[in-house]
Amino acid sequence: MRTRLPCYVSRLLLVGGMLLLGGCDMVLFNPKGQVGVDQRNLIILSTLLMLLVVIPVIVMAFIFSVKYRASNTKAKYTPEWAHSRKIETVVWGVPLVIIIILGVVTWKSTHALDPYRPLDSDVKPLVVQVVATDWKWLFIYPELGIASVNELAMPLDTPVNFRVTSDGAMTSFFIPALGGQIYAMAGMQTQLHLIANEAGEYRGIAANYNGPGFSDMHFRTLATDAAGFDKWVAGVRAGQGRLDKDSYARLARPTVKHPVEHYASIQPDLFQSIIDKYEGMNRSREVEHRMGHMQGSIESPVGARQQGQ
Amino acid sequence: MFGKLTLEAIPTDEPIIMWTLAVVALIALAGIAAITYYRKWAYLWNEWFTSVDHKRIGVMYIVVGLVMLLRGFSDAIMMRTQQAMASDGSPGYLPPEHYDQIFTAHGVIMIFFMAMPLVVGLMNIVVPLQIGARDVAFPFLNALSFWLFVAGAMLVNVSLAVGEFARTGWVAYPPLSGLSYSPGVGVDYYIWSLQISGVGTLLTGVNFFVTILKMRTPGMTLFRMPVFTWTVLCTAVLILASFPILTATLFMLSLDRYLDMHFFTNELGGNPMMYVNLIWAWGHPEVYILILPAFGIFSEVASTFSRKRLFGYHSLVWATIVITILSFIVWVHHFFTMGSGANVNAFFGIMTMIIAVPTGVKIFTWLFTMYRGRVRFETPMLWTVGFIVTFSIGGMTGVLLAVPGADFLLHNSLFLIAHFHNVIIGGAVFGYMCGLTYWFPKAFGFKLHDRLGRAAFWCWIIGFYFAFMPSYFLSFMGMTRRLNHFNVPEWEPWLLAELLGVGIILCGVSCQILQFYFSIRQRHQNRDLTGDPWDGRTLEWSTASPPPFYNFAQQPVVEGIDAYWGMKERGQKTAVEADFQNIHMPRNTAMGLVISLFSLIMCFALVWHIWWLAIVGLVATIGGVIWRSADDDIDYYVPAEEVARIENQRIKMLAEA
Amino acid sequence: MSNLVQPNATAPESEHGHSDASSMTLFGFWIYLMTDCILFATLFATYAVLGQSVAGGPGAADIFELPYVLTETFILLFSSITYGFAMLALSAGQKQKVLAWLGLTFVLGLAFIGMEIHEFQKLIGEGYGPDRSAFLTGFFTLVGTHGLHVTAGLIWMAVVMFQVQRNGLTMVNATRMGCLSLFWHFLDVVWICVFTVVYLFGVM
Repeated sequence: MRTRLPCYVSRLLLVGGMLLLGGCDMVLFNPKGQVGVDQRNLIILSTLLMLLVVIPVIVMAFIFSVKYRASNTKAKYTPEWAHSRKIETVVWGVPLVIIIILGVVTWKSTHALDPYRPLDSDVKPLVVQVVATDWKWLFIYPELGIASVNELAMPLDTPVNFRVTSDGAMTSFFIPALGGQIYAMAGMQTQLHLIANEAGEYRGIAANYNGPGFSDMHFRTLATDAAGFDKWVAGVRAGQGRLDKDSYARLARPTVKHPVEHYASIQPDLFQSIIDKYEGMNRSREVEHRMGHMQGSIESPVGARQQGQ
Repeated sequence: MFGKLTLEAIPTDEPIIMWTLAVVALIALAGIAAITYYRKWAYLWNEWFTSVDHKRIGVMYIVVGLVMLLRGFSDAIMMRTQQAMASDGSPGYLPPEHYDQIFTAHGVIMIFFMAMPLVVGLMNIVVPLQIGARDVAFPFLNALSFWLFVAGAMLVNVSLAVGEFARTGWVAYPPLSGLSYSPGVGVDYYIWSLQISGVGTLLTGVNFFVTILKMRTPGMTLFRMPVFTWTVLCTAVLILASFPILTATLFMLSLDRYLDMHFFTNELGGNPMMYVNLIWAWGHPEVYILILPAFGIFSEVASTFSRKRLFGYHSLVWATIVITILSFIVWVHHFFTMGSGANVNAFFGIMTMIIAVPTGVKIFTWLFTMYRGRVRFETPMLWTVGFIVTFSIGGMTGVLLAVPGADFLLHNSLFLIAHFHNVIIGGAVFGYMCGLTYWFPKAFGFKLHDRLGRAAFWCWIIGFYFAFMPSYFLSFMGMTRRLNHFNVPEWEPWLLAELLGVGIILCGVSCQILQFYFSIRQRHQNRDLTGDPWDGRTLEWSTASPPPFYNFAQQPVVEGIDAYWGMKERGQKTAVEADFQNIHMPRNTAMGLVISLFSLIMCFALVWHIWWLAIVGLVATIGGVIWRSADDDIDYYVPAEEVARIENQRIKMLAEA
Repeated sequence: MSNLVQPNATAPESEHGHSDASSMTLFGFWIYLMTDCILFATLFATYAVLGQSVAGGPGAADIFELPYVLTETFILLFSSITYGFAMLALSAGQKQKVLAWLGLTFVLGLAFIGMEIHEFQKLIGEGYGPDRSAFLTGFFTLVGTHGLHVTAGLIWMAVVMFQVQRNGLTMVNATRMGCLSLFWHFLDVVWICVFTVVYLFGVM
């Protein structure tokens, strides 16, 4: 007796799937930037590949349970049959093939989506330095000489090169609508490259638990056209407040639900000095006495790579 | 005099904790009163607490594990309630300092003090019987392992009443778990409870590795062992190779905290990323330690209840060995987002996916065992089919997470939470429930109440889907893990659905508690007189239920896979009159309990910086070990007449059955 | 019907049974030792990662005195030789010789620990303790953990000597001496690695 899904069931599944995925506004499936789009497509492709195995498994589980239940004495019963080269070949082979395909996809996509890899674009990238400090996000725009707390403005269709560090515990910098995350760690500088292709206001979060203020450590991301971005910058510049070592020290004190703050001018190299506070992966720059030969930023096999000194 | 310990350590200002302690104290007092009233202290001491019998030790592991399941599950109820209440900006009922301890304790308890003891308990009860042995290789070490585990569990429970627990998540990343960000005693409780129970686990690994390799009954070559024993052998290898990493890593973290060292601090050159690598180099094999025995259980059950030989025995064994080896080279997939570079990430991602292949093979093996069998849907088989469906979904989401590009979006989100609960509950926990039901009659001599068992299964599986499937969608909506409160109204309906799921699981757990109660009350109706209530295939079913303390009067000779099935087909009787010999058995001893008690004292003192007491505890622990080593009277011989008497009783019972 | 009976499986315990238990104990101890190996491997890996993080303090070449450490090394190696002689005396059944060689091993082991403590004290006195930098943390922990193991071995050795004195060269004592032998030689091997990786490579 062959089983076939009745017509209306398969239609129902399709509609249900669309409803589930499209109906609710699922930010990961409605990305607003190219990186997010690529990553979402990767999720969908991988899921479909895996379903090639998982659906038959679930179907077989149900069919075998029904057909070979003990009370069904009409079904064939072969108690000693325990080996079949054909079946072995299929169950080792088909998943192997799927994994090989997925493996190739993985290799390629991991390199293409490497957070350290600059995005392919003709537009000049904007550099934003990000400092995670308990429990708020500081964004420094080194080329523009301004800074902002818990509010990140990005011009549309412009690649943004994030340089990320932490002034405390380990956490993760994440804007779900735009693409994947990167850890923020003290004494290190990690990188993330994102781009916003649709205007809007998006939620940014800390995605790794780092203490009591964690739940409130989110920030606003404003993606606007060039004019809107210039307006925002001008607004910040028009304000007061200079971000230097002292004002930063005050800012870095632990606070929760920190309101948005702007700094009209910044001390250059503040970001680097925050990193340099900690040894991190830095080899010592000077030794107290005797041999002074250690130097260099060796590419770490176990974690964040270092910007050259 | 008392280090950092003061009366303020008792959280009198936290009503939830105080009420919990009151209830626990009441239940404990009631228990003590009952034992005293029925005059069972001597019985408990002589037959259980000082026992070195693997069957008794296994039961005790499971009892403690089930009790800790209740605590871990209460944590889950509290978290889900908080999240359902706090999604519209309100603070909920749990302050962050409390909530953050709860999610840490939930993970630690479920992995170390619920799942591990259930696994080790079943290993203990079953493996020596399955290989036709009389006990494990080192019975005293076995008892010591159990009591060390109890000491660790006690330490975690004491942290509820005295002081606090860690607020770092269950793997306690530094620098958050270091001294500057966690100056309290919480992380110290975490470190010492894991260290002490970790020693117990390591000794268990040694014990079962040696037992399986050296004590199999004649004729049982490696490739005639039951699959559960194979998975336990591989699990022992995983324990042996991975737990030393945990010991070393926690040791280094404790050095940072106690002696101001700089392994994982931010300043003076410490490297928190090293901790992340080390803890997951242990952590990934750990989850395979939890799942492989479950795979073994399902193999036994699928074959027995399909009344058919297990399909693809050799494939299954090789798949298990491959999984064991591969599990050591995938650890970076727990932190793709730490910035290791594309080559490293891609390598580990691909390695992770490759594990899906042998795992998939196993699932097909169980399906094809059912194929053309005669499947009886007793409760263990329900758990098995439920597992096949649920674990496949969980495995799929695991492969998804193994793609670094996808993981960048999903790391630390509720997708991750859903995935690992999917495989741990749908895989490991379902396996333990299945194994408990399957081997309960062997351990106690009567079957569990059937209908309550079925009700429990349905509540668990339906509850599970309600409790965790919404998390996949919540992650797509941008929700990350460990949030205490938030203001995102669209998450609310999903969180409510999850709370409903937790409620359904609660019904399942209640069914199981009732099941134990009614099973014990009705035990005479459900007696297992033959020792083989399920028409089993492996050697443990050839013994009485429960087996005599020496397991086998004479070690059986094995001629193939499914040794007992072969014996039944050839018409061999399992209990025969014969020329019995004296049997060499180990004596009971209190030293396992005593040594562990001293180490508990030492660890408690270390937590609170009571240095003199810590030294006393250390000296006493070492003294206990030396005392034990000086004991010459550690074994005895069971006279042949006694063996004959017990065996003849069984022959009579079999004749009447 | 009587395929079930296995005549030898329950033979009354004699040398056969006891030597089975003894070899199983040795095998089990060997397995435990392999886990200890992994523990040391973890510490070595950590030392390798942290080895250059001197935080403005001294590096390996600045604080290691090779002649001193070489002396320590030879003392420990020699103690392995003396233990070997103890094992030879054991198989020859010569109780007093066993105690003498064990005693000598103990003294050598104690000397090794004494020298190590002296080295540590000197460094701490100069302000180069394990709290000074990640490199020093790694160094003190790796070398110190080895030292802790040696100390545990010394306590064990004292207990064994006491038990041999009291009970003679029984099967149980012989098995324990065998386990301690494995332990002691293992620590020797670990020390060779420590000497090479930490001291030699550090200085060169």
